[in-house]
Amino acid sequence: MSSSTISPPAETGNRYLVSGEHHPANGTMLGFWLYLMSDCLIFAVLFAMYGVVGGNYAAGPSPKDLFDLELVAVNTAMLLLSSITYGMAMLEMQRHRVKPTMLWLAVTGLFGLAFVGIEMYEFHHLIHEGAGPQRSAFLSAFFTLVGTHGLHVSFGIVWLVVLLTQLGRWGLTAANRRRLACLSLFWHFLDVIWIGVFTVVYLMGALR
Amino acid sequence: MTIASEPNSAPAQLHDSVFLGRLSLESIPYHEPIILVTFAVAGLLGLSLLVWITRARAWGWLWRDWFCTIDHKKIGVMYMVLGFVMLIRGFSDAIMMRAQQAMAFGDANGYLPPHHYDQIFTAHGVIMIFFVAMPFVTGLMNYIVPLQIGARDVAFPFLNNFSFWMTTAGAVLVMLSLFIGEFATTGWLAYPPLSGAAYSPGVGVDYYIWALQIAGVGTLLSGVNLLVTIIKMRAPGMGLMQMPIFTWTSLCTNVLIVAAFPVLTAVLVLLALDRTVGTNFFTNDFGGNPMMYVNLIWIWGHPEVYILILPLFGVFSEVVSTFSGKRLFGYASMVYATIVITILSYLVWLHHFFTMGSGASVNSFFGITTMIISIPTGAKMFNWLFTMYRGRIRFELPMLWTMGFMFTFVIGGMTGVLLAVPPADFVLHNSLFLIAHFHNVIIGGVVFGVFAGVSYWFPKVFGYKLDVFWGRVSFWCWQIGFLFAFMPLYILGLMGVTRRVSHFEDTSLQPWFIVAAFGAVLIGCGILAMLVQFRVSYVRRESLRDDSGDPWNGRTLEWATSSPPPDYNFAFTPRVHDIDAWWDMKRGGYQRPTTGFLAIHMPKNTPAGIILAGISGVMGFALIWHIWWAAGAAFAALIATAIVHTFNLDRDYHVPVETVTAVEDLRTRQLAEAGA
Repeated sequence: MSSSTISPPAETGNRYLVSGEHHPANGTMLGFWLYLMSDCLIFAVLFAMYGVVGGNYAAGPSPKDLFDLELVAVNTAMLLLSSITYGMAMLEMQRHRVKPTMLWLAVTGLFGLAFVGIEMYEFHHLIHEGAGPQRSAFLSAFFTLVGTHGLHVSFGIVWLVVLLTQLGRWGLTAANRRRLACLSLFWHFLDVIWIGVFTVVYLMGALR
Repeated sequence: MTIASEPNSAPAQLHDSVFLGRLSLESIPYHEPIILVTFAVAGLLGLSLLVWITRARAWGWLWRDWFCTIDHKKIGVMYMVLGFVMLIRGFSDAIMMRAQQAMAFGDANGYLPPHHYDQIFTAHGVIMIFFVAMPFVTGLMNYIVPLQIGARDVAFPFLNNFSFWMTTAGAVLVMLSLFIGEFATTGWLAYPPLSGAAYSPGVGVDYYIWALQIAGVGTLLSGVNLLVTIIKMRAPGMGLMQMPIFTWTSLCTNVLIVAAFPVLTAVLVLLALDRTVGTNFFTNDFGGNPMMYVNLIWIWGHPEVYILILPLFGVFSEVVSTFSGKRLFGYASMVYATIVITILSYLVWLHHFFTMGSGASVNSFFGITTMIISIPTGAKMFNWLFTMYRGRIRFELPMLWTMGFMFTFVIGGMTGVLLAVPPADFVLHNSLFLIAHFHNVIIGGVVFGVFAGVSYWFPKVFGYKLDVFWGRVSFWCWQIGFLFAFMPLYILGLMGVTRRVSHFEDTSLQPWFIVAAFGAVLIGCGILAMLVQFRVSYVRRESLRDDSGDPWNGRTLEWATSSPPPDYNFAFTPRVHDIDAWWDMKRGGYQRPTTGFLAIHMPKNTPAGIILAGISGVMGFALIWHIWWAAGAAFAALIATAIVHTFNLDRDYHVPVETVTAVEDLRTRQLAEAGA
């Protein structure tokens, strides 16, 4: 245990007491990581749901009829690139450079916006074609799984904007560095989830 | 069956207004006298409470010192208060059901129309699990865990306050459903397709969904919070295998919470989408699969019962070793038994629906895993017995509840193993035998455990012990009342009587139901005796006072500080050398320091938690009644408030050294007067 031990008052039985102020390690990163794992379970349920009812088209359209793999490839590229740019922002943070950190964050946000925009276009298109979430259990599961991921990215973008403001106001303080690290975890986590969505929903859907 | 003359009190939803959604004057059930009287009584009680607080000029104090507090101890107390208030509501539902079933035979229809009866059994289950047992368990963990590990607070004090208010917001929504609209009529897990929009068009299921969603967020966050607290904030020297058993069981419970509640959140979102958006997850047509809901909800639901019981296993362990004056027998085996139960609790969910038709191999697997769980649980039972063996047992109140538990819980465990046999379950499924079984383990395990914990730690929290006489009265009323109330249900279940029935044709069953109703009345006396006990103890607090901080000759660190503990718990962080750290300190000639205090770094109170939870409650209400504009506005307000909160960096302060010295000097004088 790493704790301060400075001149213990001998008469108080220091065998049983930590002298001085005891400060346990900060638990924010662990806490946030645990939250992410719980979030991961929400996605696990949505994946399981998709796995069970994903083939129930109810005489409606199937993945082959609906998905435009080229559009999804562009979309995936947007999200993957945003993960790289977030990594650049973290590198700049390590070098204690506020402006480049903010710049890379802004680029990340733009990629995120592009991703959400393309996804909204795809949803709009599907609903317009009569393949909305009410059409079949397959489409219910599809819209919910992909939409939940999209909602997460949207929240990430809001958080990113807030964090940009705070970076502008306070610079790279300890609190801001911690928040940057949390959002970084969140952002890369969403990337990993998307890899799952892309594989299970789109690629395997096109093969089905 | 009862004649279905009762009009469906679900409001017609043909014309949703833009402003009020489904809400209208028709939503208030003024044509049902029972609800009206309840409303009048509750309103009067609430009003007199408000008047009393106002006349005592206590609002400012309540707001600053309690509602906005981030002190884990005060939050723990508030959880316990919430649990007791909701226990009375849940018990009212129980006694109404017992009365109805005792009288509704043959030509007699009883006093409850079926639609109302259905709401009562649903509300009873939901309230007892989510708003009684969960607050009790979370409250105990909140108060005791940081003290047992020698910490000053939890890892995220603000989140702790927020979690509590989210749980409370959920409870408020459930209570509201009594007076505005209706509650679900589906049973406590709201299986589709019955809970879908087609068969439950009213607001009842929506109340259910949003109350649980809001409370569930609170539970999940408090789970993360306590996990990080236990992992990161233990006093120096306290390795994992030096943690007190209650802390160990809390650790496992919070692992279960973090790993199970997201499943509930997700499955309720899917049900809500089915109901409001018109998706087809659990519908009967368009490819929906209702059994998927049943699977998912039990993947949360089975770990949930271990979330409830594990911390109480910890309480019993602490109580048994303290009141036997001995180190706990088989500490390591107790820890491993807890871990094994934690893992196995994820591998048994299907035993709740063997009748689904999943086939012999699947059913065998889940039947066997279920039976295996009884092995670590049995190991625990023997550990407690061996701890008592050759101990100097003191039959104080906590020990009484513990022994009541050991007797009762073993019966419930054995009937559980009976139900784990799939062919037997095909017969007993959904019968009163099942009802008797789970009340047997929940009352005998969780409720008795909470009361053991309350009577054990009450002197720590308030500085005086609970009155023994009324405590004994309460215990015996509960113990005997339980046997009277539920043993007949075992017999009725074996005779084939199913659950959730409000009227019977076969009058030969009536005597059993009358016996059960008598048992419920006895349990009611037990609850009353407990309220009297609190009152009497408060009045006689001077003669029951304990200044030593260690009234039971305890073994773990919570007894090392004063009762009630100061805001900062420990002036100096303890250093741990033994599982029973405080016992070791007492034996090793530990001297409490009386000088050399330092300023202490502490988190600051904040109103953000109650504000955020309040907005969530409004949003839930708007979603229930389809008042979309209000839901949208509340959601925007929620995000905005959360963002504003992140701009507040003024979150901590130092307790000045003069204050610490003054508090500790007072304690020094107290100890000298107590002759310690």
